[in-house]
Amino acid sequence: MSMLKPLREFADRDRVFDMVNPALRAPRLDVSHGTVLYLEDISVSFDGFRALNDLTLYIQAGELRCIIGPNGAGKTTMMDVITGKTRPDTGSAFFGQSIDLLRLSEPDIAQAGIGRKFQSPTVFEQHTVFENLELAMAGPRGVWSMLFARLNAEQQEKIDRALQLIGLQDLRFALAGSLSHGQKQWLEIGMLLMQEPALLLVDEPVAGMTPQETERTAELLVSLAGERSVVVVEHDMEFVRSIARTVTVLHEGSVLAEGTMDQVQNNPKVVEVYLGEQV
Amino acid sequence: MQDHSAISRIMRSDSGIRWFVGVLVAAAVLLPLAHVLFPEDSSLHISTYTLGLVGKYMTYALLAVAIDLIWGYCGILSLGHTAFFALGGYAMGMYLMRQIGTRGVYGDPLLPDFMVFLNWDSLPWYWYGFDMFWFAALMVILAPGLLALVFGWLAFQSRVVGVYFSIITQALTFALLLAFFRNEMGFGGNNGLTDFKELLGFDLQASSTRVGLYLTTAAALLAGVLVCRWIVASRFGRVIAAIRDSESRTRFIGYRVEHYKLWLFCFSAMLAGIAGALYVPQVGIINPGEFAPINSIEAVVWVAVGGRGTLYGAVVGAVLVNYAKSYFTVAWPEAWLYALGALFVVVTLFLPQGVIGLLRRFRREPA
Repeated sequence: MSMLKPLREFADRDRVFDMVNPALRAPRLDVSHGTVLYLEDISVSFDGFRALNDLTLYIQAGELRCIIGPNGAGKTTMMDVITGKTRPDTGSAFFGQSIDLLRLSEPDIAQAGIGRKFQSPTVFEQHTVFENLELAMAGPRGVWSMLFARLNAEQQEKIDRALQLIGLQDLRFALAGSLSHGQKQWLEIGMLLMQEPALLLVDEPVAGMTPQETERTAELLVSLAGERSVVVVEHDMEFVRSIARTVTVLHEGSVLAEGTMDQVQNNPKVVEVYLGEQV
Repeated sequence: MQDHSAISRIMRSDSGIRWFVGVLVAAAVLLPLAHVLFPEDSSLHISTYTLGLVGKYMTYALLAVAIDLIWGYCGILSLGHTAFFALGGYAMGMYLMRQIGTRGVYGDPLLPDFMVFLNWDSLPWYWYGFDMFWFAALMVILAPGLLALVFGWLAFQSRVVGVYFSIITQALTFALLLAFFRNEMGFGGNNGLTDFKELLGFDLQASSTRVGLYLTTAAALLAGVLVCRWIVASRFGRVIAAIRDSESRTRFIGYRVEHYKLWLFCFSAMLAGIAGALYVPQVGIINPGEFAPINSIEAVVWVAVGGRGTLYGAVVGAVLVNYAKSYFTVAWPEAWLYALGALFVVVTLFLPQGVIGLLRRFRREPA
């Protein structure tokens, strides 16, 4: 009898299958309540180690949020959950009100409008700078459309603008693998912009950058906020101070404190965690 | 003035491809001419045997191009690609068998000889339609394509990559080898399909048919390389190269990696099937030995020797290695496998870019 149960469910006349529901197949980002990302009660464990522990976090639309925390606090795991790389054991993750991130694959999430910059720069080293940006450019991602894709003037201009923004216009035909570390970081930021995401997840953007580059990155991230939502994970406290309005401190997989940089720095719990690490 | 036609764009990008087209067209024209123009006792005469041999090399070259397309450009190392080659060959072989008609040893108008021999009284259902050339030609493409679709879908969806993928492709071709060895399968068992008489009404032994087959093979190889070139030069080509270099990164910028790999794998399998179909009428036999895992590995060696990721390098490698094989197996048969193994080691250690890479190095550093 138990085998009949799925069959009976299948024949249920009231049921609407996801595959015939266009709203679920290609949900639109809906931020009418002002929140772009909902993470609720998310737990992830790897071999008994709890990387995330009932993490609850909301990101407002247009916000620039910095996330700090000692090593192993779960910052990267959180990014992995949002981008679909890791599936949480429990909890829910929504992009806007309508898009359930836990049901989408990595490419679906990227196409829905979440862009990610990795900790160590990962650009396509065998491709030129121009081609890297071209690959990341927002637009159709299907096999057939890529076979016949030609750049139109508007797209060409879009790439040129990105090249100018990241200061690599003279290196457009250079292989990405031949760039310096800082240039790769910038190229990856450029690729992120080409995707035109609604939410940018930026993991340690200024690692290995010179002070000038760091300053430019800060300016860029601040200018992006408002139009897009930006989540920055960073170790460099000076950098965080220079850009952040709201800071979230993660510790052992959940939120320890949240507030302005000053509030957070004077929070006794935060001081304890950071001092504890230093000892 | 910029010329934007597809062909000119393909040709402009790379001097190697221009060389390749030139040499191939010359070979396609000169060899049959030498065969026809010079009398048989002339030293410039090209025999039907030589023509068949070069034609066979060209079908191998097309198989190598198919392998290079997925291995060199997308990093998918298939060690079972001759399975698709052999399936295309079997589809062609079935057509050629049905063409024999009453001229077989047993003279049965419907059943091929081996079925009569096995006391079968009717044609198995999967042999229906193979008396029509268009159907067989369709199957040459569809049979390998469908197998690649199902196999690739399962493998890529489960994110089987790298050496694990290579191993299961070996298992695939080995399983097919065992299956096709069985008489009950209805593909002639270990003898395979042979004794072909004619193709589209042309006598397969006639020298004019040989020339026709040779020209068709050359045209198929040329078209195959140009189409592959067009694919890798498109934005699709840049996506698959991105997948080769960093699969997860490609996923994170929104590409469905599985779809790309599956499409490419199926296309490559169909190309291999066409190569197999051209191979069978020229060598006159197809048997389960073609499915042997070692054949697939050998085909990968051709690509490695020629230089992967260039397409024409695969052609060079296939011709060079097979010429060496033809030479060695006559002059010094027991040494061939050692020579092949040594060749692979030498190429892997000293010539990671293959023969083409070596040529490029000479060109870049003129004395």
